[in-house]
Amino acid sequence: MTPDLLRYGEGALLVELGGLAEVIALYDALTGDPPRGVTDIVPAARTVLVRFEPPASHDTVASAVRCACAVRQGGVLPADAPEVTIPVVYDGADLAAVAAHTGLTESEVVAAHTAASWTVAFCGFAPGFGYLVGGDPRLTVPRRAESRVRVPAGSVALADEFSGVYPRESPGGWQLIGRTETVVWDTHADPPALLRPGVRVRFTEATGDERGDAGMSEGARRG
Amino acid sequence: MAELEVLDTGPLTTVQDLGRPGRAHLGVGRSGAADRGALRLANRLLANPEGAAALEVTLGGLRVRAHGRLVIALTGAPCPATVTDASGRNRIIGHQSVERLPDGATLWLGVPGQGLRTYVAVRGGLDVPEVLGSRSTDTLAGLGPERPSPGSLLPVGPPPRTHPLVDLAPLPWSAPGRLGELVLEVLPGPRAGWFHPGALRALCAEPYAVTADSDRVGIRLSGPRLERARDGELSSEGMVPGALQVPPSGRPTLFLADHPVTGGYPVIAVVRDRDVDRAAQARPGQRVRFRPSPAMRAASAVRLGPP
Repeated sequence: MTPDLLRYGEGALLVELGGLAEVIALYDALTGDPPRGVTDIVPAARTVLVRFEPPASHDTVASAVRCACAVRQGGVLPADAPEVTIPVVYDGADLAAVAAHTGLTESEVVAAHTAASWTVAFCGFAPGFGYLVGGDPRLTVPRRAESRVRVPAGSVALADEFSGVYPRESPGGWQLIGRTETVVWDTHADPPALLRPGVRVRFTEATGDERGDAGMSEGARRG
Repeated sequence: MAELEVLDTGPLTTVQDLGRPGRAHLGVGRSGAADRGALRLANRLLANPEGAAALEVTLGGLRVRAHGRLVIALTGAPCPATVTDASGRNRIIGHQSVERLPDGATLWLGVPGQGLRTYVAVRGGLDVPEVLGSRSTDTLAGLGPERPSPGSLLPVGPPPRTHPLVDLAPLPWSAPGRLGELVLEVLPGPRAGWFHPGALRALCAEPYAVTADSDRVGIRLSGPRLERARDGELSSEGMVPGALQVPPSGRPTLFLADHPVTGGYPVIAVVRDRDVDRAAQARPGQRVRFRPSPAMRAASAVRLGPP
């Protein structure tokens, strides 16, 4: 991949890439061997932002990025990427709307959501809010026409090609399909976010009783 | 342990240090003091580590009482400041100077004549519990220690081993007064190419006004519309402090300390680091003029060429 490198003020470089697979590959390569002086590496849908401080400069960071891109040609995740399982009760307020939009039945929506192997591409919107990709293309739905003032913590949702879990109660415009008891954000944990870039995610359908809170104690958080 | 008791906070007082870098990939922004230079100066005056936590006071109105003998320094927006000791005697204290706040004495800050944010640092630093490695309050993400309110007791850390070397920092106020124009140098942003060729010139041609819709997240500006050359949605991408993001209204928002980690509108230009501190002192109604930085005038390309 040949990235476009854009200056972003005095202390940052924006790397524009072809898509999520390249973003994940570059993010993985850069975090594995962070160039000197780099303070933050921020993946997004088509870009990676690299913030730095002296002695790093636009030129040193640019050459480190070019090297990383040359090394990691593919967009393949490392085999040891941590994986978490998130049990979900699929009773979200928008489940019927999602079914209507996709032409699936509600149980087909659930089947598609649980069958996919999701990966956290990047975080944004709120601390610990991971954008999950790799789902069933049939689950691509628009955001709600009006966003909600309050979406409860643990809401499992869809928007565009992404799925996500609301880490805390917040406003939100995604389509809610279910809820989980799994804690995805805990400021006392290290790392505080369960759904970090590169983490693989599987959703399972939980019955009322086994909506376990296994997530925080699993290996993924330590990984 | 020495403590600072909050009696009154004014419009907004938060605890700030230099923030939490290195967590943007988790959706956690850096936050920290809006005027980082002012916080650093206050800490240097007190021989604290530069990133010790202090109070960021917006438009004065703070009243605090010392429990234990404290040494303090005020930096940022200059404001009237009075210390009333336990026996009721008043003393006016200086700006950017090392001052004593005896046990039982109260400190009161009036509204600054110019500027927006005054920093009250204490020798030893405010020792409130850290959240994710920082004592800063991120107002956008809702992260950080509890916001000080009347009755809050803020623990003060042990004084550092080193002692203040000077009792005054004779530095001029670098942001202009209430009526003056604040001049901020900009570099072309990563999405300057999304705008009409004349947009960067338009940004620097006429002054903008700081609207009341401004806070630690950013300064919403009113002034000339910046026209886009291309339509379409920009995928959300990383943001930095000083970024001038242009929403569909065409009027830029200047991002400050609590800016969102990612944003979906194009960034036309970026204010230079040292001028972001000065921007954080701009008051609603103040006029801001953007000036191309020398690097920008030399027409240095946004896109880095091949190696």
